[in-house]
Amino acid sequence: MTTAASTENSGKTARGDKAARPPRVSALRRSWDKYWYAWAMVAPVAIVLAVLVLYPLGYGIYQSLTDANEANVATTIGAFHRPATYKFVGLDNYWDVLSGADSDFYPRLAWTVIWTVSCVTLQVGLGMGLAVLLNRKVRLRGFYRAMLILPWAVPSFIGVFAWRLMLNSQYGVFNEIITAFGLPAQDWLGTPLAQKIAVIMVNVWIGIPFNMVAVLGGLQSIPKELYEAAEMDGASPWQRFVNVTLPGLRPVSNTVILLGCIWTFNMFNVIYLLLGNNTSGDADILVTFAFRKAFTGISDYAGAATYGIIILALLMAFSSFYRRSTLKSEQA
Amino acid sequence: MTAATHETSASAPATSRGSATAAPRKVRGREERSLGSSIALHATLITATVIAAFPVVWILFISLGPKDAWQEPGKVLSNLSLHNYSDVLAHSDLPNWFLNTVIVAGGTTVLGVFLAATAGYAVSRMKFPGSRQLMWTFLVTQMFPSIVLIVPLYLLMSELNLLDNYLGLILAYATTAVPFCAWMMKGYFDTIPKEIDEAGRVDGLTPFGTFWRLIVPLAKPGLAVTAFYSFLTAWGEVAYATQFMQSDHYTLSVGIRTFAQDQRPDWAWTSATAIIITIPAAIVFMLVQRSLVSGLTAGGTKS
Repeated sequence: MTTAASTENSGKTARGDKAARPPRVSALRRSWDKYWYAWAMVAPVAIVLAVLVLYPLGYGIYQSLTDANEANVATTIGAFHRPATYKFVGLDNYWDVLSGADSDFYPRLAWTVIWTVSCVTLQVGLGMGLAVLLNRKVRLRGFYRAMLILPWAVPSFIGVFAWRLMLNSQYGVFNEIITAFGLPAQDWLGTPLAQKIAVIMVNVWIGIPFNMVAVLGGLQSIPKELYEAAEMDGASPWQRFVNVTLPGLRPVSNTVILLGCIWTFNMFNVIYLLLGNNTSGDADILVTFAFRKAFTGISDYAGAATYGIIILALLMAFSSFYRRSTLKSEQA
Repeated sequence: MTAATHETSASAPATSRGSATAAPRKVRGREERSLGSSIALHATLITATVIAAFPVVWILFISLGPKDAWQEPGKVLSNLSLHNYSDVLAHSDLPNWFLNTVIVAGGTTVLGVFLAATAGYAVSRMKFPGSRQLMWTFLVTQMFPSIVLIVPLYLLMSELNLLDNYLGLILAYATTAVPFCAWMMKGYFDTIPKEIDEAGRVDGLTPFGTFWRLIVPLAKPGLAVTAFYSFLTAWGEVAYATQFMQSDHYTLSVGIRTFAQDQRPDWAWTSATAIIITIPAAIVFMLVQRSLVSGLTAGGTKS
């Protein structure tokens, strides 16, 4: 990223030198003449994003600086209109959350990090393992591949409902299966620890196919010559995997890990639908916690908006950090 | 995986892969393996397949049984019927939800693809001030957790009377669908050689003419994949739909929760509904998935 930016900058200054002589207005005019076509083509999207994303985002930031809740926002019920009466409170909400005074943020954050790390590790690891197996010459490969991506083909909320049916503590087939293997039956959707294991399990089940297919694509793009050369040098299959396959997969695996972290961090369906409203909230990650804050009980819009902004800031910090470090390792 | 890779020994000198079977102890080539590791490989894949397919098969199995099949799965095989399906189609709002979902997901897709196609092309082909920032915006918007926009959008829509309204939900979905489509299509346009554009320009087409007459026809598979995927995303969205729509306008993902309630779930109807929802989605998905992954990861690595 850094090199791309610097070449871009040098290109800009080179262009700037040429355009520096004529007065500013005509420079503006020239760039309009030159670029109006491109700008016209991106205008619809730019406008839509400004209206639907940037404006609500700004509104959300504003909300997070107020004490808006269900009782004081503007509402219209039939002909009766009640104006908004909430007031500006500055950074109080952020202080409340970040200082730990609301006693929810840090426990939720800790669980969210554990959830994201364990889900992504398992998804990428198992997905890569299956991809390596499928990349070999295997009979019925097409069949295996089609069956293994089934969890992704099914809409995620259906997959979650299927698991909820299986994990039912009283009649669920999952407990019967694991007791047949000698493991103790659990109240999967009841006790906090079991809930946490259950949501990770379901999310990994849903997430493996994407990782598998992406890594499979990456495997097929590694030049065969590299393997032949490694074989000539007497590398064992394990050495070939570590020294040829893994480095060759780096561009794909970096992207897959980044996407996986973002998607898992933001995962709403699995936790919200698997546990429903019966939960004590111990298995809630930041996103589902903020959703409940916004829309159950007395809706705390300001608090939920604060959480939303903090989640977004965390994600953006993480991804820019991640991209920077992976780009460094790719160039090294 | 470990079983298959660890087994070969690394002691012997290297040979070309054709003659590997001739001598007894050699480094095994990539495409050769012993009977034992073949069995291990298939056993692993079969186990994975069973785990991947079982929940789906199970819900299909339960849906074919009598009303209390989920409590007594043993009764299913002797009482196979499609009764749950005809029951749920005739006596619930499922057809209505289906229609709602098709309208919302279809509207989102049309909006996303039409708006984003030209932008994807411009970002892919033209160098202009703001293109990098635009790509960055597309990327960051996809990073938005649904919670960031759901509160402000909810409040704004309630002021504009767009809650419980198809258009309101379509606009809410467009917040992610439009940047996603632009991002994906930029990736597909990148795969079409630039020489085609140049040939079009030489023959006197305007940039938009080049885009419309030459590039769009070539990019049709990519456009289709993008369209289908944004359709499927809207098809399965839960958070916005739960909050924005009232009972008449429920989409499938919200409606099914009225069967699968927290307290007394009706698994007979839930399972039949699940299968009805899954079949079209899974068929569409299987058709587009191959091109989908390359699009998702290509956009990522090129930014």
